[in-house]
Amino acid sequence: MIQVSKLSKTYNGTTVLKIDNLEIPKGQSFGLVGNNGAGKTTFFSLLLDLIQPSTGNITTNTIQVNNDESWKSFTGSFLDESFLIGYLTPEEYFYFVGDLRGQNKADIDALLLKHEEFFNGEILKNKKYLRDLSKGNQKKVGIIATLIGNPEVIVLDEPFANLDPTTVSRLKKIIKELSDNKLVTVLVSSHDLQHTVEVCDRIVALNKGEIVKDIETSRETLQELEAFFAV
Amino acid sequence: MIKKFIYLEWKSFSRSASFGVNVALKIVIAFLVAYFAVVFIALGVGVFYLLKDMNLDPLLSINKFLLYYFLFDLVIRLLMQAIPVLNIKPLLTLAIQKKTIVHFSVGKTALSFFNIIHAFFFIPFAIILLIEGYDIIGVIFWLSAIVSLIYINNFLNILLSNIDKLFVIFLGIIAVLGGLQYYNFFNITNYTVLFFNGLYNMKGLFLVPVLVLIGLYYVAFKYFKNNLYLDAGLSDKHDIAATENLTWLNQFGTLGTFLKNDIKLIKRNKRSKMTIIMSLFFLLYGLLFFSANTHQQPVMQILAGIFVSGGFLFTFGQFVPSWDSSYYQLMMTQNIPYKGYITSKWWLIVIATVVSTIIASFYLYFGWKVYLTIVVGAIYNIGVNSHLVLLGGAFTKTPIDLTSTSGAFGDKKAFNVNAMLLTLPKMLLPLGLYWIGIRLGNPNIGLALVALAGIIGFAFKDKVFLLIEKRYKIEKYSTISAYKQKN
Repeated sequence: MIQVSKLSKTYNGTTVLKIDNLEIPKGQSFGLVGNNGAGKTTFFSLLLDLIQPSTGNITTNTIQVNNDESWKSFTGSFLDESFLIGYLTPEEYFYFVGDLRGQNKADIDALLLKHEEFFNGEILKNKKYLRDLSKGNQKKVGIIATLIGNPEVIVLDEPFANLDPTTVSRLKKIIKELSDNKLVTVLVSSHDLQHTVEVCDRIVALNKGEIVKDIETSRETLQELEAFFAV
Repeated sequence: MIKKFIYLEWKSFSRSASFGVNVALKIVIAFLVAYFAVVFIALGVGVFYLLKDMNLDPLLSINKFLLYYFLFDLVIRLLMQAIPVLNIKPLLTLAIQKKTIVHFSVGKTALSFFNIIHAFFFIPFAIILLIEGYDIIGVIFWLSAIVSLIYINNFLNILLSNIDKLFVIFLGIIAVLGGLQYYNFFNITNYTVLFFNGLYNMKGLFLVPVLVLIGLYYVAFKYFKNNLYLDAGLSDKHDIAATENLTWLNQFGTLGTFLKNDIKLIKRNKRSKMTIIMSLFFLLYGLLFFSANTHQQPVMQILAGIFVSGGFLFTFGQFVPSWDSSYYQLMMTQNIPYKGYITSKWWLIVIATVVSTIIASFYLYFGWKVYLTIVVGAIYNIGVNSHLVLLGGAFTKTPIDLTSTSGAFGDKKAFNVNAMLLTLPKMLLPLGLYWIGIRLGNPNIGLALVALAGIIGFAFKDKVFLLIEKRYKIEKYSTISAYKQKN
C-alpha cells in the first residue's frame, strides 16, 4: 500500500530522516516508535505532502504523494490541533470534513453515534467551540474525524498523548477494530512502547532519522523494544 | 530587568516568520512617519501666522478646537493603536516582580507613534508662541497640560480597548456636537475653550490634567496587575456555541461547503468581524470626495469609486488564505481542489462588493454620475482587484491568530497600518486609465476604460484562476511552514 524509497529530509545539512526502503502492505497496522526528534512526525508530514522530501519519494496506492493529490480521497489523518478549525463546534467540524469527503449528514450522524462512548459525553451538544475544548477533547474530535468517509489509510501522530486512561483503552479498541479490517492500513506513532505493541502488527523504531528495528509484533516484542530504548 | 524585556522584544521581532515582510513594511512606515512629522511641523509653525493673517488670536483659536482634536485622537487610537503585548505567560512563574511586568507593558505604550506624532505639532507651535512673546511660564504650563491630555488618551485607549465598537459611540458624540455647533444650536467649544485658555492663563490649572494622568496610569496599572492571572486577564473568553447548519448552501456543492465555513469564520471571530465594520466605513469614504464643496482633483474620483465598494475586498480579501492559517494543514490533507477553495473566497468577495454597491446607492443623492463612478469601481473590483488580492494571498505568509481573544492583554486590532499600505498598488492602474480618459477629453471615456479593464479581467477569470492555483501550489510548503510559527 505504502512504498517508501530512498527517502531523506535534510535541513541545512542535517539529515533528520533517511529511509532507503520501507514497504507497508495493505491492511497492516503499523506502529512507529522513537524518541523525541527521531523523525516520526517528519515521516508523517512527508507522507501527507506537508513538507517536501530532499530525495526519494513516497507512493501510496502507486500514487506518488508529492506529484498527484488523489491520495487525499482515501487518506484520513490527524497530526495535531492545527488540523482542527477552532471556531466550529465539533458537530460542524465533522459535517465540514464529511462534506469534503462526500459523506452526507446521515453518514456522519451514524459514525458519531457509533463512537458516542469514546466521546464520553464531553464533545457533542456541549455548546462549545473546538478552540475552547481541552487538549484531550480536541484530540478525540481529531481522531474520530479521520475515520470519516471510510478511508483506506489512517495516519495518527501520537494519538495516545494527552488522553485520560479510560479514553486510551477505548482508543486502543477502535484502532484494533480498524486493524482487523484488512482493507484499512493504520499508521500510528507513539513514545509509549506498550500501547503501540498492543495495537500494532508491526513496529518500526526510528532513531535519529533511521530505521533501527523492524519487527512483527509478538509476545517478546515489548521486552525487545524496552531493552533497546533502555540506556 | 527592563534590559531583559527589551532583549525579548527584539528577539520576537527579528525571529518572526514574517520578518522579511515586516522589514519592508517598516521601511515604508518609517517614510510615512517622516512624512507626517514634516507635515505636522509645518502645520505647527504655519498655523500661528495663518491664523494671525485671518485676524484671529492663534492660541485662542487652537484652544477652541482642541476638544475635537482630542476626541478624534481617541477615535483614531481606538481604531488603530494596537496595544503592545509582551508574551506574558512564560514570565509569570519566573523570578520577576509582577509590577515590573505590568510597568513595562503599560509603559511601553508611551513610546507609541500615536503619542509622539503630536509633539511634532505642539512643540513647534509652542516655540513660535514664545518667539512671538507669549508668557513663558504660561506656555510651559499649557504645553505640559497638552502632553498630559495626549497621554490621558493613550491610557484611556488601553483601558477601553476591551470594549468593542466603543469608537462608534465617540464618533457619535463628535457628530452630535459638531452638528449642534454647525447649526448654531449649541456650541460646546465656547465652554471648553475657557478650560483650555485657563491652562495658559491660570497658573495651577495645568495640574488638573497632570493629576488625572497620574491617576489614570495608576488605574491602568492596577487593572492590569489585578488581571495578571491565568483565569482573569490572561484567560480565554469562552463563547456559547450554537451549531448552525446553513443547509440552504448545500445546493452549491463543494462551493457551498466552503462558503458555509467562511460565513462561520466571519461571524465567530473578532478579527474577521472587525473587517465587516471597517468595510462599512469604506462605504462612507466617498463622502470626502463627492460632496459638493471639495476641491479634489477629478482624477481622484475613481479612487473613491473603488474604495466605496471595495471595503470588504481590501480588509478581508487581502488576507486570504491567512484567515485559514490556523488549520491550513488540515486543508492541505483534505480532498480539496484549490479551485473550489479559491472560488469560494472569490464569490464571497463578489457578493460583498455587490451588496456594498447596492447600499452605496445613497450616493445617487450627489447625482447619477457619482453613482456611475461607484458602479464602475465595483466592476473593476470584481474583474481585476478580486484576482489581484487572491494572487497576492499566495505570498501572504503572516498567520492570523483568530483565537486571540485572551482577556485584557490580547491584541484585538484587526485593522492596522500595514493592511492599508497593501491596498495602494491596486489603485494605480485604474487611476492611470481614468487619467488617460480625462486627457482624451472626457471623464466618461476614463470610466469606460476602467470598466472595460474590469470586464476583460472577468472574461479571463478561468485563465487567471489557473494561474492563481499554480501559484498557491508552488507556495504550498513555505506557506505551511510559515503558518506553523505562531506569533
